[in-house]
Amino acid sequence: MTQMAAMFVVERLVHLAAVDVVIIAFYFALVLAIGWYLKGQSGTGEDFFMAGREMTAWIAGLSFLSANLGSLELMGWAAAAYQYGILATHWYWIGAIPAMLFLALVMMPFYYISKTHSVPGYLKLRFGESARTLSSVSFAFMTVLMSGINMYSMALVMKVVLGWDINFSIWVSSITVAVYVALGGLRSAIFNEVLQFILIWAGALVIPIMGLIEAGGWTNLKAQIAVRASSEYTHLWSTLGSFKDNPMGIHWTGIVFGLGFVISFGYWTTDFLVVQRVLSAKDLRAAKMAPIIGAAFKMFVPFIVILPGLLALAVLPQKLVGEGAAVASGGHSYNEVLPLMLARYAGPGLLGLGITALIAGFMSGMAGNVSAFTTVWTYDIYRALIKKNASDEHYVKMGRWTTIIGVLISVGTAYLVMSFLSIMDYVQALFSFFIAPLFGTVVLGMLWKRTSPAGGFWGLLAGTVSSISMWAWVKADPSALRYVALSPNARDMAENMYRALWSWIVCVTVTVVVSLLTKPKPDSELVGLVYGVTPIPHEKDMALWQRPIFWGAVVFIVFVLFNIYVW
Amino acid sequence: MRKGGGISIWFFVGVSLLVNGALILGAGVWEILYPPTNPVVLFRLHANVWWGAALLLLGIVYSLKFSPNRVSS
Repeated sequence: MTQMAAMFVVERLVHLAAVDVVIIAFYFALVLAIGWYLKGQSGTGEDFFMAGREMTAWIAGLSFLSANLGSLELMGWAAAAYQYGILATHWYWIGAIPAMLFLALVMMPFYYISKTHSVPGYLKLRFGESARTLSSVSFAFMTVLMSGINMYSMALVMKVVLGWDINFSIWVSSITVAVYVALGGLRSAIFNEVLQFILIWAGALVIPIMGLIEAGGWTNLKAQIAVRASSEYTHLWSTLGSFKDNPMGIHWTGIVFGLGFVISFGYWTTDFLVVQRVLSAKDLRAAKMAPIIGAAFKMFVPFIVILPGLLALAVLPQKLVGEGAAVASGGHSYNEVLPLMLARYAGPGLLGLGITALIAGFMSGMAGNVSAFTTVWTYDIYRALIKKNASDEHYVKMGRWTTIIGVLISVGTAYLVMSFLSIMDYVQALFSFFIAPLFGTVVLGMLWKRTSPAGGFWGLLAGTVSSISMWAWVKADPSALRYVALSPNARDMAENMYRALWSWIVCVTVTVVVSLLTKPKPDSELVGLVYGVTPIPHEKDMALWQRPIFWGAVVFIVFVLFNIYVW
Repeated sequence: MRKGGGISIWFFVGVSLLVNGALILGAGVWEILYPPTNPVVLFRLHANVWWGAALLLLGIVYSLKFSPNRVSS
């Protein structure tokens, strides 16, 4: 969501009735009530930071997905669907499902059995303090900055959609999140994320239902899009044979290897924002089932995000345009597609619920950032580097204060972005620098016991530095795109994917070479951390339908069928 | 999920759906009695009536099934 200031016209898109305001106010009251109710259940570090490790698979799974389902994601990908067609679905299917299943069935046993508090905490156990410090400092720094960017973007959306003052939106939403997370810790964040997940669906599902009725069903919708835009807009794979044949300027190798493998696996298996939710599961089976449940619901998110964008191509009387053109002409931009569709079908009450869904999406994402930041700061930076042997009570108190301070830093970032818009582009690029190499380090550490502590650290550092170098190279010399992204016709998204792929390859190569040249840890120190030396509880005593592998296979088959249906 | 006999998250979800459903259904019925001058597209389908009713029913089921009284008894 770049260049936010220029992306909306000035007039507000919708007008709320009294019942809509009541619904929004009730939502705020309920999330605060949940935080207040749970404040007595967060007295220990295990309770505050890990939700007592007693969440069921369903709660951990819905929370896992909800922390990712921010409102900017909803609005941004609906806009992308209008602009690029059904290609945007790749970010929900191949860009998520295989990675989530891999996390559940391959990586979760090691995260869970090691009893780590965080992903940087796993790096400490596997590779030592230097790898943890590199990972935790970069994660903590980027998480609060991203939270601030999302906060500013959401406040701008509220200003344009509802006419709300930006300062009012920033402070009301951030104080609410700070209060309920500081009071109840991760448990409060997770409870609210489950509630927010339900409200997102309840508020957003009306649009595709009514839209499909108006368009006359899926077949008629495709026919109308073919007339008003292009038939390519409803094909997922068949246009990816060449960079020039599709509006994204992307090749199938970028989607499969860059997005589907490196970026997706990096985000879903090593970003602590989402992994933290699964670590709160009550046992190993629940921890394995949680990402599978998340994957099952993730497959259906395009129905409330991508489908509204496609429906808008067919039913909206006006043509939506880019941000600059919208400002110049006084028209509407792609980014307004979801509020426009909401205003088209939602009368009083439904409109309030739809706006609540957007606010809930924003708050779930922000609470995810803040609770992950709090845990990494307290356990992986403060306890590891600043104060090693304090009491559990001291760390919980630090966690509560860190929640508030993290929110305040986010608010500061939001105001900084308001003054210097270009910061958004840089921070979002910075965030991508760490994800792909981290996946290389973690997956090698889990699956190859020969990986040495030195190999893990230098591989992670080399991968990150190579990613930054490629980004700087293209910034300084745009013609370098032909080398980084393999084609001068590639666009921003393609560049991101190939940069992630190369940095992952650099990370893995350096890790392997350095590991072979240095001394590995003995097997006795790798128990619970690495495949081959960790006893993993078998599931042979369970009925077939109780086994995570069975449900993982079911989700994967449905995923394949969906892709074939819209090939 | 509950701890020490506490309230289930599904009860909170039920209460939320129940209150939102009742408000949306009420707004939909009001619109039938007093049709708006600028109705939404497909107003004749009265989406807020059936969607509000569906949320209300689901909310009642969840509120009762996961009621703290019922769980602790």
